[in-house]
Amino acid sequence: MLLSMQGISKAFAGVAALRSASLEVGRAEVMALVGQNGAGKSTLIKILTGVYRRDEGTIALDGREVDFAMPAESQAAGIATIYQEINLAPQRSVAENIYLSREPRRFGMIDHAAMRRGAEAVLATFNLAIDVDRPVARFDAATRQMVAIARAVTQNARLVIMDEPTSSLDEREVAVLFETIRTLKRSGVSVIFIGHRLDELYAICDRVTIMRDGQTVAKSAMADMSKMDLVRHMLGKELAAFQAMAADGATSDRPVRLAVEKAGAGVRVRDVSLTVREGEISGLAGLLGSGRTETARLIFGADRMERGTIRMDGKARDYREPAAAIADGIGLVSEDRKVDGIVPDMSIRENMTLALLPKLRKAGIVDRARQDEIVARYIRALGIKCASPDQPIKELSGGNQQKVLLARWLATDPRVLIVDEPTRGIDIGAKSEILKLLRGLADEGLSVLMISSELEELLAAADRVTVLSDGSSVAEIARKDLSEAALLAAMAHQMPQGETA
Amino acid sequence: MTTIETPASRSGPFSGGRLFTLAGRYGTFVAFLALILFNVIVTPNFLSLQTLNVNLTQVATIVIVATGMTLVIATGGIDLSVGSLMAISGALAPMIFMGRFWPVENMALAVALAFVIPVVVAGLFGLFNGALVTRFSIQPIIATLVLFIAGRGIAQVMTNGNLQVFKNEGFQFIAMGRIAGIPAQVVLMAVIVALAWAMVRYTVIGRQIIAVGGNEKAARLTGIPVKRVKLFVYMVSGLLAGVAGLVVVARNAASDANLVGLGMELDAIAAVAVGGTLLTGGRANIIGTVLGAFVIQLVRYTLLANGVPDAAALVVKAALIVLAVFIQQRADKH
Repeated sequence: MLLSMQGISKAFAGVAALRSASLEVGRAEVMALVGQNGAGKSTLIKILTGVYRRDEGTIALDGREVDFAMPAESQAAGIATIYQEINLAPQRSVAENIYLSREPRRFGMIDHAAMRRGAEAVLATFNLAIDVDRPVARFDAATRQMVAIARAVTQNARLVIMDEPTSSLDEREVAVLFETIRTLKRSGVSVIFIGHRLDELYAICDRVTIMRDGQTVAKSAMADMSKMDLVRHMLGKELAAFQAMAADGATSDRPVRLAVEKAGAGVRVRDVSLTVREGEISGLAGLLGSGRTETARLIFGADRMERGTIRMDGKARDYREPAAAIADGIGLVSEDRKVDGIVPDMSIRENMTLALLPKLRKAGIVDRARQDEIVARYIRALGIKCASPDQPIKELSGGNQQKVLLARWLATDPRVLIVDEPTRGIDIGAKSEILKLLRGLADEGLSVLMISSELEELLAAADRVTVLSDGSSVAEIARKDLSEAALLAAMAHQMPQGETA
Repeated sequence: MTTIETPASRSGPFSGGRLFTLAGRYGTFVAFLALILFNVIVTPNFLSLQTLNVNLTQVATIVIVATGMTLVIATGGIDLSVGSLMAISGALAPMIFMGRFWPVENMALAVALAFVIPVVVAGLFGLFNGALVTRFSIQPIIATLVLFIAGRGIAQVMTNGNLQVFKNEGFQFIAMGRIAGIPAQVVLMAVIVALAWAMVRYTVIGRQIIAVGGNEKAARLTGIPVKRVKLFVYMVSGLLAGVAGLVVVARNAASDANLVGLGMELDAIAAVAVGGTLLTGGRANIIGTVLGAFVIQLVRYTLLANGVPDAAALVVKAALIVLAVFIQQRADKH
């Protein structure tokens, strides 16, 4: 056993992030570390590498107990981390990056020849022959990743941690990366592989550790764990929290309002088709990284669609900017409130009416009376708790911010509302309140496309669920067939008969 | 006794956090009042119409340019080209009414054109800045550096580097004239400030400017035409620089492309910073900018009137900026 982490606990400001989690990695073994957002994977890794200090538990490397106070110490002990955003100096050469901060010296000067030879030699072990004098930024993502790995190898790393290494790679590049991982294995290096694409996990990993809610819930050899079981362990089942809200009556006879046909862009969205009918909540499910948020952004015109068609009420549409989608009656409540939702320093009133501003215009001036009337109405209707509409939105709780953002779109009287993880980061009471609200709006005729990673949410509120896997829509499940098992099966990409799209 | 005092001091009005918040909000105004009080006591003849006029006319052009700068900075940008645009507009105006482009037949018309054309040209150059920032995604500081360098060159080429001296009462009214006893340039400044203030507060474009600076991604996702908003602020900044250029040459009765608006971009940025508008965007405190410009002007006047050389005044100006930014950052943390 190379690494053994046992009984690791960690709390941030009283909130437990890890509760007696464990992780074991053997020598020359590729260990998959999987779990949903917030499961505790990255906290566990950061404790291992010395970024955070643990509250409880033990870490043993090679049988000897270790305690890293900072990242430099874990690096010295042979642990290297390859992050999602690869931390190389983009304008410096490949050789310089590989030897950054430990440049070979001669007479007190950097020995460029030795550096070049060393870099070429280590890259050759990965079958990579590139010009090591060129800046790293000139190479593609896979090569950059390999340079980062080569850097780790020259530091005599015994354990390489890869955090979602394939998220921005295409298929060919993934194959190159996997070959690199196999080379590492052959030379006795262990790998912790954090990833979400199931096929990749099964292709490269020997064993798997699954985390949920800060705990390690399963460990197994990869071959002994079926995809279904893996997804089930990841998502868990806490269905009791919500009672079913959707009417059982079929909505399939209603007219289609929004149709997405074979949409694609880049490597994140490959082939997505889905429909949203009048007055229904259409769910969009899938594991992390399956392309749900990216699909929503394509529909909304926030990113450019490269392939496929979008139809609103049967007419083909090409939204180049969100403004065009909004003019057509589409709204998007985005996933990350802080990054692209709220304008933190502006008041609740201003935030709520941002999308509505053009309609509040009277000779260029904001119609303050109507603005106040609308803001007051939605604060009352959604039960937003605030001191006054003039309060900066950043002072509100997550649930109340989310309600303001919902109100922002409801005020525009949309025909299609896309909600991306509408209950992320808000407490359970506010969660069911927001779901009920969406259900009520759908019953009044609004078409809702609800993206969610919480199964119970989809089961409770959705009339129909489209499942994405690795950027493609793989199943569409009707309300009557909707069950935990059906969703899990589709996410794991093993379709039971009769439920295909 | 001590147990009562501890919580009281924490929530009291003079705790550190509150003090910085108050200083961040009213610091510029307090500094302004303090400077006036100081001058009333120390500087001879401070309380005279003469002193008021000198200070107001000196500050007018800075305020006009800084108003446009406030809008640009509110979107998270910056405009270094304002001084050079002043030189261009200042070079163009005399050329028009002195008949360099075409013979002047009707002086009233020529003067009217001398007001309009330079300002429009400066506005177009502002649009060019905006296009570099939006269309080509060039960082504002670099994009506007282009015209900062080239703009003055354009003005020098137009005039062959010659000093243009003129005497034209109609044109010079913008600087020398008086409306109800108040210098025309001061009236112009007040009108521009009032319009900008009302725009930020009451209009749709005003709210959109703040939203773009506050969170550009969120602004785009709410359908705000981010690029158009940015084009607009750079255009306004250019237009106002054009106006300021006219005022300066009219005041001097001469236009020297080497000197008009020299260093103005820094004075304007300083006024904005001292006035409490965050350089990171998301706020536009027009009144603060006016106060900021007044404070900087008063500091300079105070030092000059009391025999301190202009060079030393620059050091004090720099210290003021550091202090203002420091107070803002502290106020923001609390």
